[in-house]
Amino acid sequence: MKALYSLFLVFALAALALVGAGALGMEKAFGLYIPFLAVAVFVVGFCMRVVDWGKSAVPFCIPTTCGQQESLPWIKQSTIENPSTTGGVVMRMLLEVLLFRSLFRNTKVDLHEGTKITYSSSKWLWLGALAFHYSFLTIVLRHMRFFTEPVPGIIAGIEAMDSMLQIGAPTLYLTDIAFVAAVTYLFVRRVVVPQIRYISLVQDYFPLFLILGIAFSGIFMRYFAKVDIISVKQLAMGLVTFSWVVPEGIGVMFYIHMFLVSVLLAYFPLSKLMHMGGVFLSPTRNMNCASRKFRHINPWKFENVHYHTYEEYEDEFREKMVEKDLPVDKPLAEGAE
Amino acid sequence: MSDLPRPEALFANINHTPPKADWMDVPVDIKPGRYCYAANPDSVNYVGLPHARKWNPLDDDWKLPENWQEIIFKGLHERLQKYRSFKIFMDICVRCGACADKCHFFIGSGDPKNMPVLRAELLRSVYRGEFTTFGKILGRFAGGRKLTPEVLKEWWYYFFQCSECRRCSVFCPYGIDTAEVTIIGRELLNLVGLNIDWIATPVANCYRTGNHLGIQPHAFFDMLDFFCDDIEDITGIRPEPSFNKKGADILFITPSGDVFADPGTYTCMGYLMLFEYLKREYGLDVTWSTYASEGGNFGFFTSHETMKRLNSKMYMEADRLGVKWILGGECGHMWRVVHQYMDTLNGPEFQNSRMEVPSNPITGTVFKNAASTKMVHIAEFTADLIKHGKLNLNKKRNANIHLTWHDSCNPARGMGLLDEPRFVAKSVVEKFTEMPEGTIREQTFCCGGGAGLNAGENDELRMMGGLPRANAVKYVHEKYGVNMLGCVCAIDRAVLPNSMQYWVPEVDVCGLHELVANALVFPGEKERETDLRGEDLPGLEDE
Ligand code: SF4
Ligand code: SF4
Repeated sequence: MKALYSLFLVFALAALALVGAGALGMEKAFGLYIPFLAVAVFVVGFCMRVVDWGKSAVPFCIPTTCGQQESLPWIKQSTIENPSTTGGVVMRMLLEVLLFRSLFRNTKVDLHEGTKITYSSSKWLWLGALAFHYSFLTIVLRHMRFFTEPVPGIIAGIEAMDSMLQIGAPTLYLTDIAFVAAVTYLFVRRVVVPQIRYISLVQDYFPLFLILGIAFSGIFMRYFAKVDIISVKQLAMGLVTFSWVVPEGIGVMFYIHMFLVSVLLAYFPLSKLMHMGGVFLSPTRNMNCASRKFRHINPWKFENVHYHTYEEYEDEFREKMVEKDLPVDKPLAEGAE
Repeated sequence: MSDLPRPEALFANINHTPPKADWMDVPVDIKPGRYCYAANPDSVNYVGLPHARKWNPLDDDWKLPENWQEIIFKGLHERLQKYRSFKIFMDICVRCGACADKCHFFIGSGDPKNMPVLRAELLRSVYRGEFTTFGKILGRFAGGRKLTPEVLKEWWYYFFQCSECRRCSVFCPYGIDTAEVTIIGRELLNLVGLNIDWIATPVANCYRTGNHLGIQPHAFFDMLDFFCDDIEDITGIRPEPSFNKKGADILFITPSGDVFADPGTYTCMGYLMLFEYLKREYGLDVTWSTYASEGGNFGFFTSHETMKRLNSKMYMEADRLGVKWILGGECGHMWRVVHQYMDTLNGPEFQNSRMEVPSNPITGTVFKNAASTKMVHIAEFTADLIKHGKLNLNKKRNANIHLTWHDSCNPARGMGLLDEPRFVAKSVVEKFTEMPEGTIREQTFCCGGGAGLNAGENDELRMMGGLPRANAVKYVHEKYGVNMLGCVCAIDRAVLPNSMQYWVPEVDVCGLHELVANALVFPGEKERETDLRGEDLPGLEDE
């Protein structure tokens, strides 16, 4: 049901662009104003969220340690999973952000006859997530050729790599295939695995469909609808250089694509997609694990409350302590009121 | 354990497939056997926590204070500012489910609200519904909901079904630590007087007498004295421990569970023997304190502030006695607090500048990793002694033991104490076998009773939660003949024996220093016929 809602929502958005930019001829709105606004919302929203997190304090040093601590010199420390230096922390974060280290660890539990449980390695989510994020990144970079003149060598290089197989004309991008496959996997997994379905919300399906919609409209445009690339580039360059123009005859498919991208950008800061920024701020991963070696300072203070002091303790138990020859600070007679 | 079904029946009932209905539509069903009794108002009052009253989780009316919603909202708002961890964890979970089947309580109960992600979602949904623009406008469509008494009950029930073990955090791509969410969730519940007695009363006891059982100084003395009698019977050597001694080198603090209940008591005898050995051989002066006689910090399960108040005693006592540094016994939560919180909480206020960076006067080793807190774990300390050949050990005395090692959650995932205890264990036992990968080290499973859930009335919950650990033990027991499960945590030593009795009755539980003491050869001791448990030493016949 939640998946269906999300699907309808994405269809409705596409229809909106179809009618708006097509039938109503609002090319300017869909080609220039909305994308511009979306980028603005994305940038401002993203920064606001990060600043908002940044404003919350980090009172304690609470990293999850996933390996041997720094200890005696002859005990081998796991310098990355349980870092005691900044270098180690940076390595830990790099592994996390670039290679999804924690997901790589994933296991799956199975119950068997009798009272037996087994755990097996389960790398599909890791693989799917990695494929998704890296092909997404490649696609975004590839699109930079629309916004740059001359196109930097590195972007041309990525493009050349991506079309290595040279299938068909125009050439088929490998990332397009990987991307669609990965998003589909992430969606199917949500529907098929009962536990994941149980925890999934509309906000989990919606971005998947939206991204899938973007991918399909893009692919359709490239391989079938054949929009006028030159005009698209003109529009894109116009956008970034603030000399806004809407060339004739780009084709409505382009506006649908562009609109869905705009929605994604504007939705981003409001949603869980912010994990992109949050992953860097997670205190369980980005802190030094040597909290007995270096004092971590809490920026806020606890209210002044009472501590149970030794004097109070001895006052209560002095007699019993003396009876057992336990040392006391004040002799019995003096302490007895 | 009378009401418990047989292990096979309990196991057969586990169903990992969630129900059809949306989880927000499944009302909370508080089941006896899975919750701990409500806090005794006297205990709550003793430490000055708010809204102490008599209430019963099974009643409809929990006698909440009039403005309970306001209190929770205010508390929530405050904590979002004070804890970046909490704020981030509220915002960035993508519900990927990587953590879902990592929780021992989910594995053992199949209750979907025990999936870490959903446990956090219980709170997150209210945060979304009441604190975010999207959630306020779209409500349930955006995964938000209102804070109702039903929701509060659900929080109470499920936040006290989390042992704050952090296993889920290891697998989360963003390190989302459901334990952290639970800790704050429990703080919020405490604001309206909803705690459990197995936490509230130990907290009050720790505050008053220094230890969670409420043992007063004379009784504490008697208990250790009684162990000394036993040790004398077994070894012919009588330890003379010192108490509250000013000018001692080192203050020793251990969880008081070791002073009270088997098999922790054998570990406690182990400490006594080790210190006696070090005193006789090397003149090391270690003292015990009756005032700071608890390592385990039950305040941690109440609020950060209560944790601070209980923890302060360690430094206050070290200061009063003028010791150089503190040595800590085998305890789980104690070490999470000592390692990750103590210095921040109480270092500046209570740690005396006369304390020194810990160094072992016998071996000369400087514990640089504890330079700031000035507190060393006894496994680090003993490993260092053994490595330098300072202890005369005879492994054969543990020949009847085939050991496997349980990494206690907190030292494992909040500290990284993994190889030190293994080194010590392998130095004092002949047969050692690891449990399968995926169940040890940072992926270790909780005993099922951590974070204050080790009560009698929630037996079913503990047995369900203990299943993953027991299951791995069962595997090495059946395959390799393992008959002993070692650990460095007093709660483990209290919970695991029951859980073993239930799932793998052939396996026993021990602490690390029980094994050390069994192997430790004193000069001039009488020939030992039994181990510390009074059981015969079969491995010695051929000597
Ligand atoms: S693993 Fe992390 S991100 Fe994924 S569902 Fe669990 S808490 Fe959320
Ligand atoms: S901290 Fe431990 S008990 Fe709590 S949800 Fe995570 S795995 Fe479960």
